[in-house]
Amino acid sequence: MSKDVAVLGVGMHPWGKWGQSFIGYGVKAAKDALKDAGLGWKDIQLVAGGDTIRNGYPGFVAGATFAQALGWSGAKVSSSYGACATGAQAISVARANILAGLCDVALVIGADAAPKGFFAPTGGRRPEDPDWLRFHVQGITNPTYFGLYARRRMDVHGATQEDFAAVKVKNSKHGLHNPNARYRKAVALEDVMSSVLVADPLRLLDICATSDGAAALVVSSMDFARRHGTDPVKISAVSTVTPVYPNDIIEMPNLATDSKAGVGLPEIGFKESIAHRAYEEAGLGPEDMSLAEVYDLSTALELDWYEQIGLCAAGDAEKLLRDGETSLGGRIPVNPSGGLACFGEAVPAQAIAQVCELTWQLRGQAEGRQVEGAKAGVTVNQGLFGHGSSVICTV
Amino acid sequence: MTDKTHIPAVEGLFTMEPSEPRLIGTRCRGCGTYFFPAEQTFCRNPACDQTDFEEVALSRTGKVWSYTSASYKPPAPFVAKEPFEPFAIAAVELEKEGITILGQVADGVGVDALATGMPMELVLRELYQDDEHVYLTWNWKPVATGATDE
Repeated sequence: MSKDVAVLGVGMHPWGKWGQSFIGYGVKAAKDALKDAGLGWKDIQLVAGGDTIRNGYPGFVAGATFAQALGWSGAKVSSSYGACATGAQAISVARANILAGLCDVALVIGADAAPKGFFAPTGGRRPEDPDWLRFHVQGITNPTYFGLYARRRMDVHGATQEDFAAVKVKNSKHGLHNPNARYRKAVALEDVMSSVLVADPLRLLDICATSDGAAALVVSSMDFARRHGTDPVKISAVSTVTPVYPNDIIEMPNLATDSKAGVGLPEIGFKESIAHRAYEEAGLGPEDMSLAEVYDLSTALELDWYEQIGLCAAGDAEKLLRDGETSLGGRIPVNPSGGLACFGEAVPAQAIAQVCELTWQLRGQAEGRQVEGAKAGVTVNQGLFGHGSSVICTV
Repeated sequence: MTDKTHIPAVEGLFTMEPSEPRLIGTRCRGCGTYFFPAEQTFCRNPACDQTDFEEVALSRTGKVWSYTSASYKPPAPFVAKEPFEPFAIAAVELEKEGITILGQVADGVGVDALATGMPMELVLRELYQDDEHVYLTWNWKPVATGATDE
């Protein structure tokens, strides 16, 4: 049985700092996705919301919050959370319901209104919560982890701060004409290199901002799409894997890794396993991809992903970048949308936004940033506390 | 001089021996795997059904896996010194336990003085204080030349 589901419609609310409720952003994205699909809200049988944890109770029950805002229709509802991988959780719920025959057409929505500056844990004294503990006893923020990975990349693979900066330069060029991007300004190498250090060796322009934004998808069974008379972009795989014990790489928000003293390491590491599982499910490999949307929380992390999603061997990411292979016009453009470098992070919307970009690319509608002849694309992303997220779309 | 009592910022994470503090972890009596912070309920090795753990003091020394800095003041629940002074952070691998543990680098030692593979030892430092207490946490500190592991 085919595991494909159809992407009938996509929509976004532009990323930025708009000072409004996340609900309105989500509804705008949803209405755009419905319009793009040629469907009405009342046609939707399941609404799958991606939760936000910084907007009170309505954020924890995002599916119902959006359903109420769109007008109670009796649709089935789901709300899920997986940190940065939240969107993949919501997509996975919608897809599973469709593939199980429990519904024909679903609406997936993720939206956030984000605070300025560092993300911080929710309130109260909670020593048992690793996210609280790392901030309180060591002052360890998210960029701390980005800095550790970047320094490790320099020591192990000989990456330079110029290489990291070159990722930002590339992505800023990609996002120049993306109407949903928050930052649409060319950035030069010197701009990055002269920005302030945040988490050595990473500078301010190496690290993504936090943004408001929303993304939505209308997904359906392939039968429903055929009855609807369309030849849609398909979601061919959704990976939501957890790590395999022991994970010996330090991960947000932990203060320590698993121990490898008692148990041997798994064959492949967690980050490598995320897209690997998606490729397996789609019956495709990295060589079949026309483009990739990867989670560039930092510039250096984008280089790690090149290797972790199989675009090149370990240690070759800098060469792939320098040779222009991951730029528009290269062999495998990475983040043609502009990535987080141009968007900033709107947590529950981000994995959904990645699929919006793949859809526009595979339809040939990515004006000003089109990957010519794109046939298949992969997204990858990771949510803290062990959430893998990878989606493969094909035409 | 202060007569404030020194107490851990969070109980149960480290011993309070001033000269040779240790992080407190647990070791599974079934498969021998280590946990920090201490795991007390169920072993997290999926191949192990054990619920019996021994408390262990982890190795005081390890080697730098990677390092970075906090150049901006972290938000609450961190209690930053005013004015804020940037600090370095190291991920230190403990060989015997097979665990990498994060911690601030002590005494204003910056990233320029650090390198991957460098030997580090555990020390206790003030995190913040109030009217009655000085709250301590662990830091990593480059091992003085000539010092050796246990």
